[in-house]
Amino acid sequence: MNLFGRLTLDAVQHDAIQTFGQLSVVMGGLTVVALLFYSKRWKWLWREWLTSLDPKKIGVMYIVVAFVMLLRGVMDAAMMRTQQALAAGDAQGILSSEHFQQVFSAHGTIMIFFVAMGLMFGLINLIVPLQIGARDVAFPFLNSVSFWLFAVGMGLVNLSLVVGEFAAAGWLAYPPLSGLEYSPGVGVDYWIWSLQIAGVGSLLAGINFLVTILKMRAPGMTLMKMPLFTWSVLCSMILVVFAFPILTGTLGMLSLDRLMGMHFFTSDFGGNAMMYINLIWAWGHPEVYILILPAFGIFSEVVATFSSKRLFGYVSMVWALGAITFLSFIVWLHHFFTMGAGANVNAFFGIMTMVIAIPTGVKIFNWLFTMYRGRIRFTTPMLWFLGFVVTFTIGGMAGVLMSVPAIDFQVHNSLFLVAHFHSMVVGGVLFGFFAGITYWFPKIFGFKLHEKLGIYAFWCWIVGFLAAFMPLYILGLMGATRRLDHYDASLGWQWLFIVAGVGVAIILLGIGFQILQMIVSVLQRHKNRDRTGDPWGGRTLEWATSSPPPEYNFAITAQVHDRDAFWAAKQAPLAVAKPVYHDIAVPRNTAMGMYIAGATFVIGFALIWHIWWLAALGLASMLLLIVVRLSAENTERIITTDELAALEAGADKSGRTT
Amino acid sequence: MTKQAPSVHKDDAKTLFGFWIYLMTDCILFASLFATYAVLHNNTFGGPSGQELFSLPFVLSETIILLVSSFTCGLGLLAAHRGEKHQVIGWFIITFLLGSAFLALELTEFTHLVNEGYSWQRSGFLSAFFTLVGTHGLHIATGLFWIVVMMIRVAKTGLTVVNKRRLTVLSLFWHFLDIVWIFIFTIVYLMGAL
Repeated sequence: MNLFGRLTLDAVQHDAIQTFGQLSVVMGGLTVVALLFYSKRWKWLWREWLTSLDPKKIGVMYIVVAFVMLLRGVMDAAMMRTQQALAAGDAQGILSSEHFQQVFSAHGTIMIFFVAMGLMFGLINLIVPLQIGARDVAFPFLNSVSFWLFAVGMGLVNLSLVVGEFAAAGWLAYPPLSGLEYSPGVGVDYWIWSLQIAGVGSLLAGINFLVTILKMRAPGMTLMKMPLFTWSVLCSMILVVFAFPILTGTLGMLSLDRLMGMHFFTSDFGGNAMMYINLIWAWGHPEVYILILPAFGIFSEVVATFSSKRLFGYVSMVWALGAITFLSFIVWLHHFFTMGAGANVNAFFGIMTMVIAIPTGVKIFNWLFTMYRGRIRFTTPMLWFLGFVVTFTIGGMAGVLMSVPAIDFQVHNSLFLVAHFHSMVVGGVLFGFFAGITYWFPKIFGFKLHEKLGIYAFWCWIVGFLAAFMPLYILGLMGATRRLDHYDASLGWQWLFIVAGVGVAIILLGIGFQILQMIVSVLQRHKNRDRTGDPWGGRTLEWATSSPPPEYNFAITAQVHDRDAFWAAKQAPLAVAKPVYHDIAVPRNTAMGMYIAGATFVIGFALIWHIWWLAALGLASMLLLIVVRLSAENTERIITTDELAALEAGADKSGRTT
Repeated sequence: MTKQAPSVHKDDAKTLFGFWIYLMTDCILFASLFATYAVLHNNTFGGPSGQELFSLPFVLSETIILLVSSFTCGLGLLAAHRGEKHQVIGWFIITFLLGSAFLALELTEFTHLVNEGYSWQRSGFLSAFFTLVGTHGLHIATGLFWIVVMMIRVAKTGLTVVNKRRLTVLSLFWHFLDIVWIFIFTIVYLMGAL
């Protein structure tokens, strides 16, 4: 038996373009390390960030990781668009078929799991505790474990660029293609273990925030007084708790097929590949609502704030969220109308899919009615909202169209579908999270983002988006299937692919503006500093504390009387009594979350390469670390009333600075 | 008694609620495995079916052992509420022994099947069987490990607030595994053998 399993030196040898990817990962990592040494920031990074249990810091780390992965996912997109713009007729483009398959598999996996999920959990960590007037999440240590499991998943995906290869079986790795027989290499195993580990992290985070929202709201904040972002997160976390165990089970069974020669999804020995497709979509469809619901929540906050009006139709908004949460579990079959379910089954799932458009439409109209007769300020978050209304409505209409099984038979697996779900995930989810980041940035960092550059970035994104995806709708109707790395020149598709490629270039320009915006905003932070804690005229509790908030969020727990708690407090200020402070317990920093996740990295890597002793070692160290952590005493630090009074007095005088 | 941090009392409610939600997620994990078993249980690919493989008296003794272990676990928790440390350790040791006996019987059944040539590689049905029952067994093994860790802790630090909370959570976990086993007993063994 080989000591290193399947791992040999061949694993690090690639062709030219792959070597470029390999080098960019290695060089990127080395550059960060060098910069840290140069600026002597190691201790700062360790103490202030990596070992922190403060959800505001963990949230920022989620978002940083997600942005790095966004760059990688967009590079994948650019490669695919270049390939398809070039590879007509005799031209073969820049990528081999095998590499092209890895690129589209990686693109989907990265964008959903490591960009959209990362941005979502980042924003939830930053804002939910503040918005419900809580000092922390329910389980601060578990929160750190969740983040590090997410980071480990991300690490495995990137490691696949350097050592070995990534899956070439699409972002959901349908068997039997993803089975041992047709994908014997390590690619699918990298896919399985990066998602398995990150997925468990998401599941734990889902439990954590569900308990946080249900058990830790400020006194007086009944469910129907919760801000809509918190409502949307509550619904999203309910979906996480219901859906992610299915993913864990499904990936587990696929890996048992691959590791132990089982026959769940193989094409012989009584396996049933359709079972995988049912299971993965029973997770996968709720997953897209897990992502979009918090984006809906963000828009609800943004629209109300920048229209300076109470949100229109709060109760119907909540019911719409609830309806979507419920319906999202009974539509999964519309992902495979063509795969042999009977006409009646298809009809049921088709109708349920159409029905889901109703609560979504309710939400769109409620936002528009909120704007009606409001004092609208067209800030960057508001522009992202308006862009979203356009793209999401186009995508939504395409979705309702495809919910008719007979039509779906025509456009199934075509670029029409690709255009549809990008309208929802880019034009819905991503625009929503960009709006949220711009909106809450001053709360977290104490200064606003540069407005002009944000507006430029928005316009590049929306124009680039329309240029990139409108041609795909047309191409799909012309018969272009997804995942084509080459097509016949006589089809007349090439000019549309070139337009789509130009669209991606414009989006890249938008990302360039976003990076520039970040740099310029940091350089000009003194000019854009927010000393009030309430830069936009906010309505909810997160704006009631300073920007950035102290570690303990609120020195005194708020008493909530109204839906827009902070807005109401501003309208009728109570007589200012001398504040009465109480002791506050905050969790001490610990690196244990990182170590435990590190052990899962070892397990994942060992199972990918069949290094059994290393997997056993990883498992043993993980169990040991958990026991050590559970035996730890003194995991909390008390901020006494005297310290608190001093901290608050200091903050009042100078304003908190980063 | 040293002064407890102010957050300790609220922690009980949060931890219990959080653990209940975790149990529900585990329930869904098992539901996925049950669904897969239901779909694959006739896919024997010419190999043996459940009717030929399962021995009901054997499985019944496994079931009784696990049910009794749930009972002793409950007695252990009651002792914890009364603050009787030695009884807690005693009852949980009995629970541990019963759990180990259950696991040993399950492994005996698995080894027997594999030696007969009916391993998880034989058919889709056997893959689903080994995975569903094995996942339950893995949970039992985790529970046994947890009991050991908790008993060392109780012996060392006594029945503190934190330890009592963890014993409560541990016993929830153990009872949950009992319920899952009832479903396995019914759906896999009874319905398979009859």
